[in-house]
Amino acid sequence: MKTLEKKHPLAIRWFHWINFPILAVMVWSGLLIYWANPVYRIGVGKHTLLKMTVAEKTYEKANLAFRLAEGLTLHFFFMWFFAINGILYVLYTIFSGEWRDLVPDRRSWKEAILVALHDLHLRKEAPPQRKYNAAQRISYTAIVIMGLGSLLSGLAIYKPVQFGWLTFLFGGYQMARFFHFWITVGYVVFFVVHIAQVIKTGWNNFRAMVMGYEVQRYD
Amino acid sequence: MTDDDIIIADEEALRKAIAENDVNVDREVRRLSRRGFIVAGAAAVAAYGGWKFLRLASREGDVPWPLRRGLETNEKLSETYFRTARLSRTFPASAITNARINGGVGLQPNFDPANWRLRVEGIAGQPPATLTLSDVKSFPRRDMTTELRCIEGWSIVVHWTGTRLADLMAKFSPPSGTRYVAMESPGRGYYVGLDMLSCLHPQTLLAYELNGAPLTWQHGAPLRLAMPVKYGYKQIKRIETIRYTDVRPADFWGDRGYDWYAGH
Repeated sequence: MKTLEKKHPLAIRWFHWINFPILAVMVWSGLLIYWANPVYRIGVGKHTLLKMTVAEKTYEKANLAFRLAEGLTLHFFFMWFFAINGILYVLYTIFSGEWRDLVPDRRSWKEAILVALHDLHLRKEAPPQRKYNAAQRISYTAIVIMGLGSLLSGLAIYKPVQFGWLTFLFGGYQMARFFHFWITVGYVVFFVVHIAQVIKTGWNNFRAMVMGYEVQRYD
Repeated sequence: MTDDDIIIADEEALRKAIAENDVNVDREVRRLSRRGFIVAGAAAVAAYGGWKFLRLASREGDVPWPLRRGLETNEKLSETYFRTARLSRTFPASAITNARINGGVGLQPNFDPANWRLRVEGIAGQPPATLTLSDVKSFPRRDMTTELRCIEGWSIVVHWTGTRLADLMAKFSPPSGTRYVAMESPGRGYYVGLDMLSCLHPQTLLAYELNGAPLTWQHGAPLRLAMPVKYGYKQIKRIETIRYTDVRPADFWGDRGYDWYAGH
C-alpha cells in the first residue's frame, strides 16, 4: 500500500533551492578572485601532492583569467543573499523544531560509520533512521558550520582593520584567507558526494525536495 | 459459505481498497509534483532572467550598475561602522617581508625628483600650498610596521616612515565638512579618490621611507601614500597633488571595474 508522507517543509525547500545558485555564484566568483593569487596546495612540508592551480593558459582557455574585478563585485553583492538566506534557514530550523532531525545526537557518530559501510556495500543493514540518517545529520550540520566559517573568515578578509579582532582570532589575514579557501573546497567535495547520494537514493527522494512529500510503500 | 470463502472475500475487498488507495496516492503525487515542478521551473526562469539582467545592465565604472549600487551600499555600511580608533595590526621588525614591487602606473621614467613639489588644493579660505619634501618632513615623523594587502590576495609586512596625512591636513585644513580627498601623480598618470575619514586615520601616512630607506622610484619616490585601511591600489605612489573636494573624485581602478571605497 502506498502512502504520501510529508517530508520537507516548504520553507526548507525554498532555503535549499535558493542557496544552491547563490553558493554556486559565490564559489565561481571566488574562483575568479583566487586566479589572481593561486597559492594553495595539498602537501606535507616540501612535498606537494597537488597544487591548487592550473596553468595560466588553461585559465585563459576556460575564460577565468583577468576577471578579478568582476569576481570581487559579484562576491560582494551575492554575499548578502548567501548570508541572509543562511541565517533565515538556521533560525527556521531552530523555531520550527526541525533542528531535532538535523543535529547529530550521541549515537550519530557511531551510526554514521555504519551508514558509510552500508553505502559502500560493506554492510547489509542500514541503521534505523528518522528523516535523516546519522551521516546526513553530521554532514548537514557541518555544512551550516562551514557556512558560518565562510561568513566569518570572509568578514575577516573583507574588513581586517575594522574587524581586526576577528582577523586576529583566525590567526591573521593570510590564515583567514586560508580558511576561507579550504572551506570552499569543502563545499565542492560536499556537492559531489551529495549529488552522488541523491542519484543513488532515487527519484522519490529527489522529488520530495521539490514537492515536499515522499511516497512510502507498506506491504 | 465456508469460513475460507469469507476470508477470500475479505482479501479481495482489501486488495480492492489498496488498489483504490494507490490510485488516489498516484493521482495526488501527480498533482503535487506538477505544482512543485511548475513553481520550481518558474523560479529557475526568474533566477536566470535576473542573472541575465545583472550581466547585461549598463555599466558604471566598468561594472553593471546594479552591482555598482551593491558596492556603494557596502561602502555606506562600512563608513558607518568605520572608526579611526581601530588600528591595523602592527608587527615586530622581524616580521618584515620583502617589499614586493607592484604597479608602475603613473611612474614615468623621465621624472626629476629635484623639481618635485607637493601641491595641496582646496584649502579653506586659502590659495593652494606648495611643499618641498623637507616641508613634508618637518611634520612629526611617524613609523609603523603594518601589513600591505593587495586586492589580488597577497600581503606583505613593511615598515613605513612618513608624515601623518592628518597632521598635514591640520595645518592645511579643508573647509569643514569636506567629504573627499583626491590625489594624483604627475600628469594624472595615476589618481585615487579617498573618503575623509580614512584620510584622518592615524595610520594614514604620506610616506617617504620604506623599510628604513628612502623610497625607490618603483615604490613611489619621493612621496607616496601608506594606508593600511585601504587595499594597495589606493596607496598612490609619487603623489603630486592633494585636493579637497565635495565631488566624489575619480579613482584609477574604480574606473576599471573595482570598488571605489576598497576600505579595510
